Amino acid sequence: MSDPWLALRATTRARIGLGRTGDALPISEILDFQLAHARARDAVHTPLDTASVAASVAPLPSITVRSRAADRDQYLRRPDLGRQLDPDCHLPAGPFDAAFVIADGLSPIAVQVQAAPLVKACIARLPHWSIAPVVIATQARVALGDGIGAALKARIVAVLIGERPGLSVANSMGIYLTWQPRIGRSDAERNCISNIHADGMSTEAAADMLAWLMNEACVRKLSGVNLKDDRVAATRAFPER
Amino acid sequence: MPTYTSDFHGERHRFRDLKDVLAKASHRRSGDELAGLAAETDAQRVAARSVLADLPLTIFLNESIVPYETDEVTRLILDSHDAARFATISHLTVGGFRDWLLSREATTEILASLAPAITPEMAAAATKLMRNQDLINVASRSRTITAFRNTQGLPGRLSSRLQPNHPTDDLRGIGAATIDGLLLGCGDAVIGVNPATDSVAKGIAILDMLENLRLRHDIPTQTCVLTHVTNTMEIMRQGAPVDLVFQSIAGTEAANTGFGVNLGILREARDAALSLKRGSVGTNVMYFETGQGAALSAGAHHGIDQQTVEARAYAVARAFSPLLVNTVVGFIGPEYLYDGKQIIRAGLEDHFCGKLLGLPMGVDVCYTNHAEADQDDMDTLMTILTVAGVTFLIAVPGADDVMLNYQSASFHDILYLRSQFNLSAAPEFDAWLERMDMKDRNGRICEIVPGAMRMLTDV
Repeated sequence: MSDPWLALRATTRARIGLGRTGDALPISEILDFQLAHARARDAVHTPLDTASVAASVAPLPSITVRSRAADRDQYLRRPDLGRQLDPDCHLPAGPFDAAFVIADGLSPIAVQVQAAPLVKACIARLPHWSIAPVVIATQARVALGDGIGAALKARIVAVLIGERPGLSVANSMGIYLTWQPRIGRSDAERNCISNIHADGMSTEAAADMLAWLMNEACVRKLSGVNLKDDRVAATRAFPER
Repeated sequence: MPTYTSDFHGERHRFRDLKDVLAKASHRRSGDELAGLAAETDAQRVAARSVLADLPLTIFLNESIVPYETDEVTRLILDSHDAARFATISHLTVGGFRDWLLSREATTEILASLAPAITPEMAAAATKLMRNQDLINVASRSRTITAFRNTQGLPGRLSSRLQPNHPTDDLRGIGAATIDGLLLGCGDAVIGVNPATDSVAKGIAILDMLENLRLRHDIPTQTCVLTHVTNTMEIMRQGAPVDLVFQSIAGTEAANTGFGVNLGILREARDAALSLKRGSVGTNVMYFETGQGAALSAGAHHGIDQQTVEARAYAVARAFSPLLVNTVVGFIGPEYLYDGKQIIRAGLEDHFCGKLLGLPMGVDVCYTNHAEADQDDMDTLMTILTVAGVTFLIAVPGADDVMLNYQSASFHDILYLRSQFNLSAAPEFDAWLERMDMKDRNGRICEIVPGAMRMLTDV
């Protein structure tokens, strides 16, 4: 008899029809799960190679900064510190039309190779915009972009950040857009594009979306819940493999 | 408020107020450290416990840790307190209460009758003086029985919520995961979907699909889409088949405001669900989820430690006679519960407090990938919770929730726990498993289920 689960597996990436040995999972499934978990943990704990990101960003200028979280352990325990810029980091005051921040977040590997091409693709869609040097930030949370954007005197900040890794996707990147960044902005004042990865939203599609949002934010002088429309809502759905 | 001083074994410790004593007496966890409330040393922690042990239980009736005037949860707790039943324990200190709970006097019947006399703060205070085995011991004596289309919380039973989430709410994907769970004997607590969006239309589509499946196979269970209570009210207005009203809740009015709810909205939603009269063996129509850290993350914890403010959420829950309540213990992340040790402790604490307050308490035994935890920690927690008599556990295919991106218990884990401890599903659901030829003659779920294979072709 053919495997009755075969057709159903195409409908979901959930771990269905796994089989049993007694009440337990077969060893192949145990090892498969452990590998997925190990990859997700490695994604959290492998540090961002900032020199390599800067090289990918070139010839655009870049500046590397860090948050007040001293290391990964403190970063995980103290999200408040990951939202504050280390006082030793200095940024040139603009004004600029826009700033891009490449932030490690909870999955440095997600931004390691994906972020620089996306920044370049987006800038190519924004002729005549003055763009701040690209900021590469470690031990960073989304809201770190508020202080960075304010210091740069940028009208808009886009934070490209590694999303919390799951078992099926460990290298997903998200982008958070904030109009007139300043310390204390709430999440409701941001727009988010998520699930950017090889099996999810493509770099080109994300660049289209981001450039569109940046233009709209400029025209309407806001970001966040009031900027949402169907085009944005559609990006929040998880793409099918 | 008075300050509290301890001269415990020759060392002097001073505590600012009652909240400070409670927070510093808590077992160590990252969320209290993040909030700046935790004990600074281990010795200070024990000193706080010695102060707490000597405080009279009545202090929690005389001193509100969140002001009565500005917090409807405090008003609910104090206004609904059963003073008559409290008389039998009113003379006790917190330490004496802990000792009494562990004594032979505290039987299942006595604990059930005393639940309305116990406030969340009393339960939380006792928790801080209890070891893990104490929490297991007392919780295993506490029993709350509820019912809708089957009966939850009976002795010798372990129920499970079948959680067939899908990242795009694909109906066939949800259906496939549901069938997978049913074939492994899961889904008696509820078949409950966390939708990927808050669309009312999508919620209705999911409920219709689950209702069809339930009716076609005559499954004695309840279904639920875990969307915001106001969405569920709209779904009911549009005539869709709503069994249970779901809502996330927390332990302060401000935190509930952050969730977009208050007691009035919950009352209105419950009344609407009751008017549908869809339960066949009972009328418990509410389903709540909670979790340590929710109030702090909303900036609405009022300087209270996360375990105590979590217990206050159970006072909100019990006001609505829910069918099911569960803490989502490791979901919120390592800034609140750092590792397996903290998640395990918190799971036992929440389960104990919920049971003591008279709730049909379940647990989502879970963790995220940035926490220091793994499947071994989950095995430990689900096993000891079963020893503690947990009403139900959340279960997902292969322990991997592909929509919420975290790990919960698997359907296989439920098989393991039921076999290991000789437990069955809820009786009505268990009878259905038998009718479907899904149980072998030893009462275990068959590996290949001839009578149920037709369900597979249904999706």
